[in-house]
Amino acid sequence: MTDNEHEIEQADERVPKRVIGTPAPGTSMLGAAEAPEAAEEDVPGVTLQDEAKARKAERIVALCFTITFLASIAFIVSYVYFQVGSPEATGTSNLALGSSLTIAILGLAVGIVIWVRQIMPKYSLVQERHPMASAEEDREVVGETFLRGANESGFVKRKLLRRTLLLAAAPLGLVPLVLLRDLDNSKMPGAKFNSMLRHTVWGEKTKEGKPLRLVVEGTGQPIRAADFNSPGGILSVVPEGYQHDLNALAKATLILIKFRPEEIKSGVRQNWTHDGIVAYSKICTHVGCPAALYEQNTHHILCPCHQSTFDAADGAKVIFGPAARPLPQLPITVDAEGYLIAQGDFEVPVGPSYWERGDAEAEVREKGGQA
Amino acid sequence: MSDELKATPKAIAGPSNFLDERLGGASFLKRNMRKIFPDHWSFLLGEIALYSFIILLLTGTFLTLWFKPSMGEVPYDGSYAPLRGVMMSEAYASSLEISFDVRGGLLMRQMHHWAALLFVAGMMVHALRVFFTGAYRKPREINWIIGVLLLTLALAEGLTGYSLPDDLLSGAGLRITEGVAISLPLVGTYITFFLFGGEYPGEDVVSRFYSLHILLIPGIILALVTAHMVLMWVQKHTQMPGKGRDNANVVGAPFYPAFMAKAGAYFLFTLAVVAGLATFTQINPIWLFGPYTPADVSAGSQPDFYMGFLEGALRIMPPWEINLFGTSHAGTLPLSVIIPALVPMGIIMTGLALYPFLERWVTGDHREHHVADRPRNNPHRTSIGMSAITFYGVLWLLGANDEIAANFHISLNWTTYAGRVLIFVAPALAYVITYRMCLGLQRSDQAIISHGVESGVIKRLPHGEFIEVHTPPAEDIEAHMRGKTPVLMLPVAEDPAGIPPKGMRGPLGKLRALMSKAYGGEKIPLDDGHGHGDGHGDGHGHDEDEHAAIGSGNGSAGDDRSITH
Repeated sequence: MTDNEHEIEQADERVPKRVIGTPAPGTSMLGAAEAPEAAEEDVPGVTLQDEAKARKAERIVALCFTITFLASIAFIVSYVYFQVGSPEATGTSNLALGSSLTIAILGLAVGIVIWVRQIMPKYSLVQERHPMASAEEDREVVGETFLRGANESGFVKRKLLRRTLLLAAAPLGLVPLVLLRDLDNSKMPGAKFNSMLRHTVWGEKTKEGKPLRLVVEGTGQPIRAADFNSPGGILSVVPEGYQHDLNALAKATLILIKFRPEEIKSGVRQNWTHDGIVAYSKICTHVGCPAALYEQNTHHILCPCHQSTFDAADGAKVIFGPAARPLPQLPITVDAEGYLIAQGDFEVPVGPSYWERGDAEAEVREKGGQA
Repeated sequence: MSDELKATPKAIAGPSNFLDERLGGASFLKRNMRKIFPDHWSFLLGEIALYSFIILLLTGTFLTLWFKPSMGEVPYDGSYAPLRGVMMSEAYASSLEISFDVRGGLLMRQMHHWAALLFVAGMMVHALRVFFTGAYRKPREINWIIGVLLLTLALAEGLTGYSLPDDLLSGAGLRITEGVAISLPLVGTYITFFLFGGEYPGEDVVSRFYSLHILLIPGIILALVTAHMVLMWVQKHTQMPGKGRDNANVVGAPFYPAFMAKAGAYFLFTLAVVAGLATFTQINPIWLFGPYTPADVSAGSQPDFYMGFLEGALRIMPPWEINLFGTSHAGTLPLSVIIPALVPMGIIMTGLALYPFLERWVTGDHREHHVADRPRNNPHRTSIGMSAITFYGVLWLLGANDEIAANFHISLNWTTYAGRVLIFVAPALAYVITYRMCLGLQRSDQAIISHGVESGVIKRLPHGEFIEVHTPPAEDIEAHMRGKTPVLMLPVAEDPAGIPPKGMRGPLGKLRALMSKAYGGEKIPLDDGHGHGDGHGDGHGHDEDEHAAIGSGNGSAGDDRSITH
């Protein structure tokens, strides 16, 4: 691109062909840039490639196709040779199979592209478009045919036929919808959904008629209140006997936190705690993710899904994020052996809000409770 | 040329003859084998989506051979040691089996996931190309709507597929889906109980999502993709403005052999990229997450990228909840869930579907369009598009605000507060900036057409003045620029008595007239100051004499710019 010196000395009338800073010929915005010479042009719009170039391209394409041949064989060999059965072996097998497959396909793709671009002619063919709309006379014929058919069928004239057909169609259309009713396996009336959502297994008793113990998620160990004694401690807790019942866990999982007495604020129901141990529903009141993160210094419970943040020291009231309600508190106490148990069910529905929920917290307050 | 074919080989002629005698395909092929396809890189974006879909069908079929869509609990006894003996659903156990105990299984699983991401991404960029070039205009509105449906279905397909392995991460997504579904007014609880076969999570959702994911949704997608292709074929592809191209023709390469081979190679490229990603880039390592339990979630849970905007919307929403009837058991509206779940998706999808019709209502343009617009030449459309992208982009970024906060050491709360402001401010800003940019680009086109290109050659005139020689633009580039047509405008002018035309007198009519005035019309005419406003259409021979003056030092034409004053 240093050829501008003699360009500049051109006669005034001549337009410089190419100078520094302007695009190369072909892509140039300069009018004088000439298109590359067509080798030969038998058919207008079809520019044949230069035979010498094409022969060179053919060799490259052949190389690409040979690579594909070899890589495909490598794939088959890898399949037989590299066995799976451990993460490491799977990794090796994946690498061998994947890279040979990638190379095989890439070789074919590159080969075909070079074939199209350097061996096939360059095309600039022109085809006419026609308006999408049909000819006027065709439309007229269709219109007339439609009318004739409609009249011949008697659909217009015979009102009884038409009306009973519409009558028949209405309930028939509902049949597929009705069939979907049993998608809900419990077969209970829809009005009962609400009452199901309002309760968790914490309201139930064991076979011996005792209240459910709180057990540690994962190990299933009951929790002795005296052992859970370091302030700031936190446990993920599930109901005894329901450790593997996902439906029960989806509502009944708890987050158990031990406070120093002076840390607890007015939002917490004191008679539902035991010795500074407070139990909240772990199911976020936003869309139901487990609010699994706890920051000891600030007593913040954080839901990792959408970052709703609750103040555990103050009745788990919302201090940030999209959740609109506090995490419900579960009334707990200890049994004769000193293990933590539930006093009963949550007073308000846990988890995400729904149409039939109503303002359960206000309902509790009206009854004289604190929520 | 002894190697040329003189007659169709028997191996092809025989079967062709058999088929034609029974189907009569030759008359179709006669018209279509040399069908012309215009060439432009941006016309290939939709093909990425098409080929990804084919890869999805192939790899997906492979996965169904081992996958067990059941939530029944089994102890794991496969070859991944850390989970051996753990109770898990059969779905998760069989996903692990595909990953570790089937040769090529992990590769196919990762290819399936990568192809899914590429499928949605390909559709998005394709839709943007069609939008910004106005290729959705008459007669292609139906195909546009099919495209919008396809995008929506692809999101549903992604969601159902994502939930199948039943690992902890996919379960978190499912839990959010449930939380959103149950929040819907009146029908929320019914929808969730019907979907999950009772209370969440139940034991049915994986098998139900499975039948949706492998049969119903892909079946509809396949049918719509076919319709999409047929309509494209029948209506012929749009082309970029350029030399010899107009609304009544199509210029390019023939289907057989060139376009066919190119398309085949492009499929192979897509496949190679997907295979390469699946080989070298791990995606969704389900074995690290463990089986699903509603009691746990891992921090930093992120959905696939195309769900990110919904996630972001959920995250920035303030905690609004309304109880319409107080304490009675009805009337709870969790706005902090309903609004983000429905409004952004509604704005984007409904907006996309209606745009061709709204634009026609505003411009009154009932013509057929086969030449694509350059985005700058319809500045309001381009600005609306950029606004929408910004709206989507803000939500999408906010879907990862925890990662942003962690990686850039910003307060998490402030990312949310900023998001709440940006969601309104950023799209408006994008609109203004894009509009200015479009006009600027139009002015630059105008400068090139009416003054020529700066040649970089400095000439000294006899009286000592220095000027830079301008040369006329290359033919093809000029033709490309002259493909601009003014956006149509309704007849909004008031008559001499000051009465607006019929249909523009009511409030809605006035609004329509106002919008038409702003949206339509020529903002920056190409040949400004040269006495002819109609610089487009087929022939532009009349421009030649004007440019012939270039270089002759004719200062009054303003073609050469003095650099000394």
